[in-house]
Amino acid sequence: MNLLTIDPSAIDWARAQFALTAIYHWLFVPLTLGVGLIMSIMETKYYRTGDAFWRGAAQFWQRLFGINFALGVATGIILEFEFGTNWSNYSWFVGDIFGAPLAIEGIVAFFMESTFVAVMYFGWEKVSHGFHLASTWLTWLGATISAWWILVANAWMQCPVGCTFNPDTMRNEMTSFFDVALSPFAIGKFCHTVTSSWIVGAAFCVAVCCWYLLKKRETKLALESLRIGAAVGLFAAVLAAATGHKSAQDVACKQPMKLAAMEALYDGGTGQGLKVVEGIEVPYALSFMATNDFNGYVPGINDLLKGYTREDGTVEPSAQEKMMRGRQAIESLAAYRQAKAEGANQATLAPLLASLQENMPYFGYGYIKDESELVPPIAVNFWAFRVMVGVGCLLILFFAVVLAATCQWPKKWWQKCDITKLPSWLYWLAVALVPLTYVASESGWLVAELGRQPWTIQDMLPIGASVSDIGSFAVATTFWLFLILFTILLTVEINIMIKQIKKGPQL
Amino acid sequence: MSYEFLQHYWCFIVALLGALLVFLLFVQGANSVAGSLGQTEAGRRLIYNSTGRKWELTFTTLVTFGGAFFASYPLFYSTSFGGAYWLWMLILFTFVLQAVSYEFQNKLGNFLGPKTFQFCLTLNGLLGPLLLGGAVATFFEGSNFIVEKGNIVDLPSSGEGLGVCQAISSWANASHGLDALLNPWVLIFGFAVVFLARTLGILYVMNNIDDEDIRLRCRSRLIGAAVPFLILFVAYFVHLLLKDGYAYDPATGIVFMEPYKYLHNLLDMWYLLVVLLIGLALVLYGIAIVVFGRSDKCSSCQIQAIWPAGIGTVLTVLALLLCSAWNNTAYYPSTADLQSSLTMQNSCSSEFTLRTMFYVSLLVPFVLAYIAYCWHAMDCKKLTQEELNESEHTY
Repeated sequence: MNLLTIDPSAIDWARAQFALTAIYHWLFVPLTLGVGLIMSIMETKYYRTGDAFWRGAAQFWQRLFGINFALGVATGIILEFEFGTNWSNYSWFVGDIFGAPLAIEGIVAFFMESTFVAVMYFGWEKVSHGFHLASTWLTWLGATISAWWILVANAWMQCPVGCTFNPDTMRNEMTSFFDVALSPFAIGKFCHTVTSSWIVGAAFCVAVCCWYLLKKRETKLALESLRIGAAVGLFAAVLAAATGHKSAQDVACKQPMKLAAMEALYDGGTGQGLKVVEGIEVPYALSFMATNDFNGYVPGINDLLKGYTREDGTVEPSAQEKMMRGRQAIESLAAYRQAKAEGANQATLAPLLASLQENMPYFGYGYIKDESELVPPIAVNFWAFRVMVGVGCLLILFFAVVLAATCQWPKKWWQKCDITKLPSWLYWLAVALVPLTYVASESGWLVAELGRQPWTIQDMLPIGASVSDIGSFAVATTFWLFLILFTILLTVEINIMIKQIKKGPQL
Repeated sequence: MSYEFLQHYWCFIVALLGALLVFLLFVQGANSVAGSLGQTEAGRRLIYNSTGRKWELTFTTLVTFGGAFFASYPLFYSTSFGGAYWLWMLILFTFVLQAVSYEFQNKLGNFLGPKTFQFCLTLNGLLGPLLLGGAVATFFEGSNFIVEKGNIVDLPSSGEGLGVCQAISSWANASHGLDALLNPWVLIFGFAVVFLARTLGILYVMNNIDDEDIRLRCRSRLIGAAVPFLILFVAYFVHLLLKDGYAYDPATGIVFMEPYKYLHNLLDMWYLLVVLLIGLALVLYGIAIVVFGRSDKCSSCQIQAIWPAGIGTVLTVLALLLCSAWNNTAYYPSTADLQSSLTMQNSCSSEFTLRTMFYVSLLVPFVLAYIAYCWHAMDCKKLTQEELNESEHTY
C-alpha cells in the first residue's frame, strides 16, 4: 500500500535540519564538558583549602557554564526528537537498538545533570560544602555520561554491531547489549570526543584569563585559572591526539571510504603518504595512521568502487556487486513477506531466508541507484580533517607554552618573562584561538558525519530509505525557523557571556 | 519474565514518566499565571526563580519520556513523530524557548529585554500543556496515519537523484498532526491539562515561596484554575467512558471498535479504577483544603496542598494512560486505517531489548530517591525575597 511518495528534496532538507541542529548543539556541549571540569577542579580547591578566592572563582566559571548550558539543553531536545520527526523509517528499522542508549541517557545522565545542577547553582547556602562539591562534580559527570550514551548511539550508526535483522518484524534487533554499549568504535569515539571537548573548555578559559591580563584586572583569578585551564588543555590535547590516531584506525577498518575521502585518495596502495595539502605529503604516514604499518595497504576511492584484494588475500567486492546483492536481499525479503502472508510452508520460506541472510551484509546497497552516490563529498572531508588535525597540533604547542609560562618551568627560560606583562598581541592570540578551536571541533564532526554519506547506518540503511514522509515545504519551514531562532539565541548568549566576563567574578 | 509481561511493564514505565511529566507541568502552569500571582516585578521574579529551580526536571522528564518511548515502542516514535510533525515541532519550539528564558531574561547583555523571555515563559506555559495534552488525547481519539512495514522493500524508482524508498509510516492528510486540534475532544482534554498545570502551579508557588501576599493571591486565583479544570476533565472523562474504543484481538492482532471500551477497561482492570479514584480524590482534596480553608492566613495544611494534588495527578494520569493501552487496547489508534493502529504487541521492541532495558529501569527508584533527597534539601527552607537578594545565582 504505497499511498504517498517521499519528496526527494525533503531528504536534503531533513539532512540540512539535522546538521543545523547538531552543529548548533555542538557549539554548547564541548564548553559544558570543558568548563564543567575546570569549575569542578576549582570548587575542589575551595573545599580543600577553605580559601574564599576559590569559591568566587568556581562561582564565576559556574555562571558562564550556566549561560552556555541552557542553550545546549534546548538544542539537545530537538536533536533527540528529530530522529523521529525527520527519520521515521530509520526510527523503526533500528529503533530496537538505537532507542536503548537514548533512554538510558535520559534515565541515568539527564536526571543526574538536571537534579544536581540546581543544587550547584542554588545550594551554596542550603547544603553542606561536601554535598555541594559532589553536586558540582555530578553535574559534570551527568553531562559526560550523557555524552557516552549519545556517542554509543552515534558509533553504532558508524559501525553497527550486536544486532541481527528480523524479517518478520522488518527491523534490526539487538542481540548483545554489551557489544553495542562497549564497542571499540564507541570507546574510541567517546574518548576522542570528550577530550576534544575539554580542549574547547580549556581554550575558552585561557582566552578569558588572557583578556583579563590584557586589561590588567582580575590578575589572581586569571593566573590561577590560566594554570588550571592550560593543564587541562595540554592533557586533553595530547589525549585527543592519541585517541584520534585510534579513531583513524577504526575508520580505516570499518569505513574505508571515509578515510579515502578524508585523504582525497583515489587510487590506494601500500606505503601511502599523508597529504599535508595537495602536493605536499609525509611519506608512509597515511599507511601508518591507518594500519600501524608504514607499508600497510590503504584502499582509494576507485579501489573501493571497483573492488580490491586485501593483503590477507580476501576480496572486497565492487560497488556494483554490492548493489546487486543488496537488491537481491531486498527482493528476497519482499518475496519472503509475500509468501508468509500467503501461508507458505517452511520449505518455501527457507531458501528465501537463506538468500536474505547471504546478502544481508549489503542490504543498504540495494537502495543505491548509482555507485557515485557511495562517494562522500571529498573537498569538505579533506579540508575539515586538515583543519581539525592542524588546529589540534597547534593547541598542543599553545597549551604547553602557556602551562610552562604560568608554572615558570624550566625556571631559567622564564626568568625574564612576566606573564602579566606580555605584548598585547599574545593575549589577543589566545582570544583568537577560541573560534579556531570551535572550527576544529565542528570540523571533526563534519568528517565523522559527511564522511559516512550516504549512510545513516553504515552499509545497512542509506539516507533515502531512512527519511520521514513529510513534504519539503514543512521541513524547509522548520529549518529556517530553527536557523533564525538558534542564531538569535546564540547572539544573545554571546552578548551575555561577554558582559558577564566584563563584569568579572566580583571576588 | 515473558515477552507479554515486559510489554506491559514498559508500558507502565512510559506511563509513569508521562504521569510525572504532567505533575511537573506545574512549572508551565505557574509561569502562565506569574503576572497575576506576582503582580509586581519583584513578585514575578520570585515566581520565575521558584519555578526556575525545577524547570530542568520537567524538561528532563519530557526528554526521558521520549527516549523511553523510542526504546520500548519504536513504531510509535517513528509514526507519531514522523507523522504528526507540526504538532511535535510546535511542542519542541515552545520548550526550546523556555529552556533559555530563565537563564537569559535578567542577565546583563540580554538585548532582547526581560519581557521577551517572560513572554516566552508564558507562551510555553500555555502552549506546552495544551499541545502535550492534545497529543495524549489522541491516544483515545485516534490519529490520521497509515503504517505499512512492507514499504521498506519497495526499491527506489529509476531516475535522477538519490534512491528513495517509501516511508513505513505516513500521515494520511497534509496537516501533519495539526488536524488533531480540530477535534473538540482533543481541545477539551488539552485545555483540561492547561488548567490542571495552572492549578498545580498555583499550589506549588504557595508551597515554595514564603511570601504571605503571594500565597493569599494564590488562594484566590486557585478557583479560577481549578473550576475550569474540573469541568473540562469531567466532561472528557464522561465522554471517554461512553465512547467506542479501539480494541484488538491478541491472537490475530486485528483491531476493531468496541463500544464502551474504556469503561470496560476500567471495570476489567478494577485496580486501575481504584488508582484513578484515589488520584482524583487526592487532587480534589488538595484543591479543597486551599479553597475551603482559612482565608486570612495560609495554614501549613494549605501550603502542603501541592503534595496530595501532585500525587493525585500522577495516579490519575498513570491510570488513564494505562487504560489507553492495557487490556488489549490499541493505544495509538489510526482513524485512517484501523489495522494500522498501534498496539503494545505490534509496536514494541524485541524481547531482548525490553529485558535489557528492564534491568536498566531498576535504576529508576534510585533516581527518584536522589531527586526527592535533593528536592527536600533545597526546599526545606522556602524561597524569600531576602534569599533572592543575597543569592549568587538568580534568574
